[in-house]
Amino acid sequence: MEFGINPLVLMTFFPLVGVLVLVFLAPQQKNAMRWTALGTSLVTFAISLWVLFLFDPNKADNLLVQIPWFRLAGVPIQILMGVDGLSILMVLLTTFLTPIAILSTWKAVEEQVKGFMIFFLLLEVGMLGVFLALDLVLFYIFWEFTLIPMYFLIGVWGGKNRIYAAVKFFLFTMAGSVLMLLAILYLGLQAGSFSQPELVANRSLFAGSQLLLFLAFAIAFAIKVPVFPLHTWLPDAHVEAPTAGSVILAGVLLKMGAYGFLRFNLPLFPQASVQAAPVMAVLAIIGILYGGAVAFAQKDIKKLVAYSSVAHLGFVMLGIFALNPEGLSGGILQMVNHGISTGALFLLVGMIYERRHTREMSEYGGLWKAMPIFGGISLVVVLSSMGLPGLNGFVGEFTILLGAFGSKVLGSPWFAGIATLGVILAAAYLLKMFEKTFLGPITKEENKSLKDLNLREIITMVPLLVLIFWLGIYPQPFFNLINPAVEQLVQLVQSAALVLH
Amino acid sequence: MTRMIDIYSILPVMIVAGWALLLLVVDLWIPRHRKGITALLAAIGLAIALGFVLASSGNTILGFNQMVVLDGFSSFMQVLFLVSGMVAVALAYDYIQRMNINHGEFYVLMMFSIAGMMLMSQAYNLLMVFLALELLSIPLYVLTGFARTRLESEEASLKYFLLGAFASGFVLYGTALIFSATGQLDFVGIAAVVTAGSANSVLFLIGAALLLVGFGFKIAAVPFQMWTPDVYQGAPTPVTAFMSVAVKAAGFAALMRVFLVLFPSLSEHLTPILWVMAALTMIVGNIVALAQNNIKRMLAYSAIAHAGYILMAFVAFGNGEVVGNTVAATLFYLVAYGLTSFGAWALVIVIEREYGKGILLDDLAGIGKHYPWLGVAMLVFMLSFAGVPLTMGFWGKFYLFRTAVQAGYIGLAIIGLLTSVASAYYYLRVVVYMFMKPGEPKLQINPWVSLVIGVAALAVLLLSLIPWTILELASRAVLLLQ
Repeated sequence: MEFGINPLVLMTFFPLVGVLVLVFLAPQQKNAMRWTALGTSLVTFAISLWVLFLFDPNKADNLLVQIPWFRLAGVPIQILMGVDGLSILMVLLTTFLTPIAILSTWKAVEEQVKGFMIFFLLLEVGMLGVFLALDLVLFYIFWEFTLIPMYFLIGVWGGKNRIYAAVKFFLFTMAGSVLMLLAILYLGLQAGSFSQPELVANRSLFAGSQLLLFLAFAIAFAIKVPVFPLHTWLPDAHVEAPTAGSVILAGVLLKMGAYGFLRFNLPLFPQASVQAAPVMAVLAIIGILYGGAVAFAQKDIKKLVAYSSVAHLGFVMLGIFALNPEGLSGGILQMVNHGISTGALFLLVGMIYERRHTREMSEYGGLWKAMPIFGGISLVVVLSSMGLPGLNGFVGEFTILLGAFGSKVLGSPWFAGIATLGVILAAAYLLKMFEKTFLGPITKEENKSLKDLNLREIITMVPLLVLIFWLGIYPQPFFNLINPAVEQLVQLVQSAALVLH
Repeated sequence: MTRMIDIYSILPVMIVAGWALLLLVVDLWIPRHRKGITALLAAIGLAIALGFVLASSGNTILGFNQMVVLDGFSSFMQVLFLVSGMVAVALAYDYIQRMNINHGEFYVLMMFSIAGMMLMSQAYNLLMVFLALELLSIPLYVLTGFARTRLESEEASLKYFLLGAFASGFVLYGTALIFSATGQLDFVGIAAVVTAGSANSVLFLIGAALLLVGFGFKIAAVPFQMWTPDVYQGAPTPVTAFMSVAVKAAGFAALMRVFLVLFPSLSEHLTPILWVMAALTMIVGNIVALAQNNIKRMLAYSAIAHAGYILMAFVAFGNGEVVGNTVAATLFYLVAYGLTSFGAWALVIVIEREYGKGILLDDLAGIGKHYPWLGVAMLVFMLSFAGVPLTMGFWGKFYLFRTAVQAGYIGLAIIGLLTSVASAYYYLRVVVYMFMKPGEPKLQINPWVSLVIGVAALAVLLLSLIPWTILELASRAVLLLQ
């Protein structure tokens, strides 16, 4: 509270300053727009580091903001925001990936730069709001709000089928969230409050209908994650979105779904969560195997990465619904890992696409010889996405599998056992992709003269590589941030499980 | 014996009606190319009436032997009607010149119709309800056909008149049956007879059902919506805008006043009917809108769907605990819907090159690129219609659905929410055409219309941040009802 303004509020709404500046720039000042957006997102990142500095993992209500907004039919709707172990990493991931994504658009976006940057910064506001809001109505507002900028990013700056993909993205998410809205209204009526902490405390008031409420929230979040079989919007959106859009979509937007389960489903409806856990775990495993298998069959690199997201998020869901400390903290860490690795993969795909304007694997081959730096970076990222020990992906997946293996709620080691097949599948499709594009002799004439990465592109990738190694070698500081919150959540759920049995 | 207080209770209505009569005469001396003066005078008359409404709000008076009532509800609705009237004048000024239908009677007729609506919100006697209904409808039949010699306008007018007259017949017959059931026409008397239990319950119920048909026609609820798309398409666009906001509001004013005061005892029989009507209205409105390429028709079906959302909250009219919220949510929604709707119709006026031409979705292509602010404004309206947050439409729907859930109609709320997802598709289509398709739009931008668009867009956005301002007014209006 040093400057009299809460750092969370400052961080969430700071990108709006950039939006305001952008509005007044003339259409031809494209570089000024890029620098404004980049500068704004970097300042936002700096503020998020300040938030991290002020953050105490053992407190549930860090930097809490509580401003009454208004009362609707007697029930208060508040601006209630706070950060805890469940959200801190998501917040950092958002503020970290946004400047990187903006940097990646320097050459890729030439048309209507102003609109692009405005929507990008608005998207950041929405995402931060989702991770910080503790009032259900406020959360819903931010949740729905993120749809609009992403819809435009896909629909205006996307690929050939962009309109179809954008509309599908919007409608899928909206269809899921209307049921959540209904559940939120019901909760507000039953408990006389929309505040998440208050609702958790008074959850006996709606315990009778918690299975249905769980379902209403779960559908909204499962579409976003996406959980099989609600994933069909994802490949379309990913393939059509511009690179920066894909990075944010994979890196952050999908995490909003998984985060929603952690923030709302588990603490509000613990019994229902325990009851639903095996079903959710089975869906997660289907997602892992299905995503992996379909990824293997792809010829388009971006589609392959998109389907690999379905598989990776399956691991996250498996971890969450193991409902024990290992599973949950592994799940949260894997959310970060996926954001970094898949974000990096999309950036790499974007870089090669800018050079050759195709994403077909058959168009490449032997790229390593033409672009050694690109090849080297790609190898690290591919290995990290595969879960090679020593890199970030391994830590997350291993912890999740450990959690699933020992989970009392799931009650069977088979879940972990089958999920492990997914790791092998990931190795198969990622290595196949790497081999086809990078190894062997250069088969196509056009590929011989490809330029290697320039300085800007290397700067874009370096922070991601640093994190890939850091998380892989020394993940403890990250676990320290999330563990206390995870412990609390697990205790809450397990006491509910005891009631159940 | 007329008392001063009686006059006072309907003073704004008298001002509007009297001013319109004077204007009719004055207009004779205003030359053809100076009809802007008539528009200005009409707006001034409405503004004066608005001043009197605001000055007299907060009072509760039963005037003229309980024929009319002045209360918070009527004041709220009258502000809505008068502001709608002024907006319609602003929208019409340039439009009727461009379309070569520049006659001063346009504004006069609009004022008569507004007087009828205002009277409707104050009526406390079934004969007054009928009188108000006719006063608001007949000028509208004329306005719909105002672009006469153009076939679509004449056709719309005739359809509207025939079906409207039919609906009026239902109201009149319903009134007669209620009179025969209770021996009373004024609300206080009927309510007393019903409470005493001496009313003929069968006739009373049939009468109520007939009134529902009549009002259902005015609010364009399914299955009484047939006329809407044709009339909305054929009428001059400012008239359509005015109808979609003010006439609908007037219909709901009548529906609420009559049903909440007279028929709570019939809720057991009427609730299932209203449930089905609400569900059908939401479904038919939203589904058929999906298939429209003409923006006027699309907005017509969307207007039907929005009436369905309001009806959804109205199903609980007999539930004493919920009914306060029903009224407040409806009033709030009418404001949100009115702002959004005027904005959207204003955009139709901007793109309409010739009468009824240039209003297909294709004609929107490229607006986002060439007229970014106009595009953003339309985006705001479409999102508000779809109920996406940070617009007034979101809070409006939020409150309506909350009311439905509170009353226990969760199934209806689910239908409403799912159909509103369907509606997002056709609202997004407008956005797709504006922002994602290339084109060279030719727009007829007029400062007054731009002003309406700008103010409406800002209001939809900014009021969504401070929704309590309207909410408080709406909930205060509730207290003085009944």
